[in-house]
Amino acid sequence: MAVREKFELELKSAQDQLITLSNMSIEAMDKAVDALINHDIDSALEVIEDDNDINKLEEEINDHVVLLIAKQAPVATDLRRLIVIIKVAADMERVGDYAVNVAKEAIRIGSEELVATIGQIDTMRKLAIAMLRQVIEAFIDEDIVKAKEIAELDDQVDELYGDSIIKLMKAGAESPEKLKQITQLAFVCRYMERTADYSTNIAEQLFFLVRGQRYDLNQ
Amino acid sequence: MMTTIVEKERTTESPVRVKEHAKSVYSTNQLNLWYGSNHALKNIDLDIKEHEVTAIIGPSGCGKSTYIKTLNRMVELVPSVKTSGEILYRDRNIFDSNYSVEELRTRVGMVFQKPNPFPKSIYDNVAYGPRIHGIRNKKILNEIVEKSLRGAAIWDEVKDRLHENAYGVSGGQQQRICIARALAIEPDVILMDEPTSALDPISTLKIEELVQELKKDYSIIIVTHNMQQAARISDKTAFFLNGEVVEFDHTDTIFSNPSDKRTEDYISGRFG
Repeated sequence: MAVREKFELELKSAQDQLITLSNMSIEAMDKAVDALINHDIDSALEVIEDDNDINKLEEEINDHVVLLIAKQAPVATDLRRLIVIIKVAADMERVGDYAVNVAKEAIRIGSEELVATIGQIDTMRKLAIAMLRQVIEAFIDEDIVKAKEIAELDDQVDELYGDSIIKLMKAGAESPEKLKQITQLAFVCRYMERTADYSTNIAEQLFFLVRGQRYDLNQ
Repeated sequence: MMTTIVEKERTTESPVRVKEHAKSVYSTNQLNLWYGSNHALKNIDLDIKEHEVTAIIGPSGCGKSTYIKTLNRMVELVPSVKTSGEILYRDRNIFDSNYSVEELRTRVGMVFQKPNPFPKSIYDNVAYGPRIHGIRNKKILNEIVEKSLRGAAIWDEVKDRLHENAYGVSGGQQQRICIARALAIEPDVILMDEPTSALDPISTLKIEELVQELKKDYSIIIVTHNMQQAARISDKTAFFLNGEVVEFDHTDTIFSNPSDKRTEDYISGRFG
């Protein structure tokens, strides 16, 4: 048996759990925005229901990592790997919560015709989700160069967010009867923007894992 | 404080990253040691500060025990030993021909892997050193024995059986009696060569707590195979491999973000 084979296997299993959790959260967000755009209440309800699985998996990951730390007493990079798994799992679980929020807005808006800004929200969604997918890939490869590139994309999402809010305010002024929907869409924009921020958080965690030091990628 | 991304790159330039202004107890400069043709220590540079616990870690045969035994020149008991370089103890080279080994060993106590009390009473074990140094006054000896046993955190456990044979107490207690015996000569430095490897977890913990207390008055150098012990009790850690110091740094750094991959592999249990 290779030295620390059991630890390596357990670590890999925790990493696999995290990848599963990430995919579940990313898909939930994708599905929630689809539900909003397509007025698909059933899909939105599914997103809300499926969030229980995401929450449960995050707890399982935490338990798994805590046990690994207790039993294997890892140090240095090994310890950081485990700490980072817990932190990234918390971030991805939060993305799942934002997906639930978007799904709830989709249900509230229901079949009401959406204002034009929805195209921009769709763009934000695509960008935020692409960032999450890439940062998880970077995480698997422990590739900090890729992680830094992803963090840089966050500026685009921030710009789109600012622009969307201005457009929504204008739309509100032009169609006061849509004010409720416009407020809800502003919240959705906020959820997208926050989702993209989590990619930057995860990229920073990856830097900490690889280098053992903290970096602020928002600078 | 955040570090910019370009600032930090791992370096393997020098194994010694600790530079400070606290007083040095030992300065080892370019120490080489051979057992016959076996080159056991290679170009060792280590600066050991006072009132600190310095841990020496490394796999079997890496030279850590040889190094610690060089610090009190005990290694000279091995035939065919040859050394080069210098070890300054309080600024004097211990290899100087006019340096008295006896004087060195009164300043540098040692505790070994297995408790090795003399087949005498607890009292006589602790009083042994002072008696050799000519102290005969019973009252003074009583005071030294009590102070040393208290210093080794074992007084309360043995105060009513001081005149019983030291073999009659547990292994952990025997080891603390050996520490008390080392303290009785009021040393400056205590060398510990795997002092807990033969002890149960509770006795180990007691010795570890004792080390934390002792460093207020003494400088401690401890060889240990137990990585978590080094992490728990030492201020600085030196990682030895194949007779060389691969890395010497603050213990927090060694166990969280070592510079050298070999250190990381060793502390992570990937070899050794």
